[in-house]
Amino acid sequence: MVDLNLIKEFTWSRKHLLGLESLEKIEIEHVLELAKSLKEILNRPVKKVPALRGKTIALLFYEPSTRTRISFELAAKRLSADTVNFSVSSSSVVKGESLKDTGLNIEAMNVDIIVVRNSSAGTAHYLSKNVSAGIINAGDGMHEHPTQALLDLFTILEYKKKISNLTVAIVGDIAHSRVARSNIYGLKKMGARVILCGPPTMLLPEFKNLGIEISYDLNRVLECADVLNVLRIQKERINESLFPSMAEYREFFGVTRDRLLKYARPGLLILHPGPVNRGVELSPDVLDKGLIKKNIYSVVLNQVTNGLAVRMAILYLISGVGGKVEAVD
Amino acid sequence: MSKIIEKSKVLDALQIHKTLRRISHEIIEKNKSLPDIAIVGIRTRGVYLAQRIQANISEIEGVELSLGALDITLYRDDLTSIAAQPQVKETDLNFDLNDKIIIIVDDVLFTGRTIRCALDELIDFGRPRAIQLAVLVDRGHRELPVRADYVGKNIPTSMTESIEVRVKEVDGCDEVVVVEVVDG
Repeated sequence: MVDLNLIKEFTWSRKHLLGLESLEKIEIEHVLELAKSLKEILNRPVKKVPALRGKTIALLFYEPSTRTRISFELAAKRLSADTVNFSVSSSSVVKGESLKDTGLNIEAMNVDIIVVRNSSAGTAHYLSKNVSAGIINAGDGMHEHPTQALLDLFTILEYKKKISNLTVAIVGDIAHSRVARSNIYGLKKMGARVILCGPPTMLLPEFKNLGIEISYDLNRVLECADVLNVLRIQKERINESLFPSMAEYREFFGVTRDRLLKYARPGLLILHPGPVNRGVELSPDVLDKGLIKKNIYSVVLNQVTNGLAVRMAILYLISGVGGKVEAVD
Repeated sequence: MSKIIEKSKVLDALQIHKTLRRISHEIIEKNKSLPDIAIVGIRTRGVYLAQRIQANISEIEGVELSLGALDITLYRDDLTSIAAQPQVKETDLNFDLNDKIIIIVDDVLFTGRTIRCALDELIDFGRPRAIQLAVLVDRGHRELPVRADYVGKNIPTSMTESIEVRVKEVDGCDEVVVVEVVDG
């Protein structure tokens, strides 16, 4: 799967995880390999190892989150780190404290890592320039969501045993999606063929500059895809009418059992980063069934489990235990 | 740059084979109920020694013992101070440890800190009835109150020396050599 001899030579040297755009292929492979080793911990009777004992991790979430926040918190606890939660509604942000000041104050309490989510692109990058704690980007506006893409890659690797030369289609609201951007960077680096599919209003032609293909016909895409990563229609980021109605979107881009039975290739793996708009981008019979037919799987909940393993790997690496970390981002 | 000089070979392939045979017999002799025993090797080289001991016991007594592998990296007490990042590999214990007699197998017993990690990790998986330790080489210099139940060979060493156990699965040959680390 991955060249182990190469990895032996490799030492992680980043202090921050800001996005997949700046990661090298070997770094991505290293994270995936480590996550594979750490996943076993989740099934132990005592689901905890002492690796990050004494480390403190602050979760700074300016946007709502279920999966990512809980996943980071549990990942930290599985490694014996202490976590502090910060949510905007109950903090001094409502009194007008700036991001930089909030970061500096958290740091003054000797926090080792800050996991940050914000609706503005570049938040994690900005914070990494202004505080000395390690910064992990848990989503910055429409820019990147690196741990989501890493867990998607991990899930693909787990089921398909490889990523290179697979055809991976990302379907839906590409324009507003940080998950799509991180996935595109990660998939390209790992050697996959990437097709973006969605309504033209959500799929800018400039995406072609990233060396990927664009299609507006989901049925054609299904005929050649090995993996389908279905994105959520992000109502909170859409303030104009990009398609006539949810019903029409479903008609053209909804992933339904009928459509899969008619067009999908055997072996198709269906991913969704969650939360799902049930009956819009994914129909309930696809989401809940798991196995559709002839090895067509939806693995949405397996992604969530894998997310924990991947975030443990990232926290372990960014914390700098077991290796020297230089101020590189 | 520090150099590593090979000083002497203390065990060759045949001697390792015979030593592991002896340890296998000692395990059989010491433990009345063989099916209660599970053999757990410490990554990397302890795993292969554990496999050979398990195969020996299977051949001698016709009992197939449970076999596991431990990666102790995440339990190390020096994680924050070591310079080189150790590769974390999977721990694989696919059996119930409760009430089992666990025999930990490692290549070299030195400070005892690895064994402390292994004990902590094993106990996170359950409550074994007893834990015993088998090592191919004991080189001394203990920093913790740890001793082995089964020892292949005692090799007194100085602190500038090191013991390298090579197994054919990883290193292409079976041998134990004493090496000296020299600065300059």
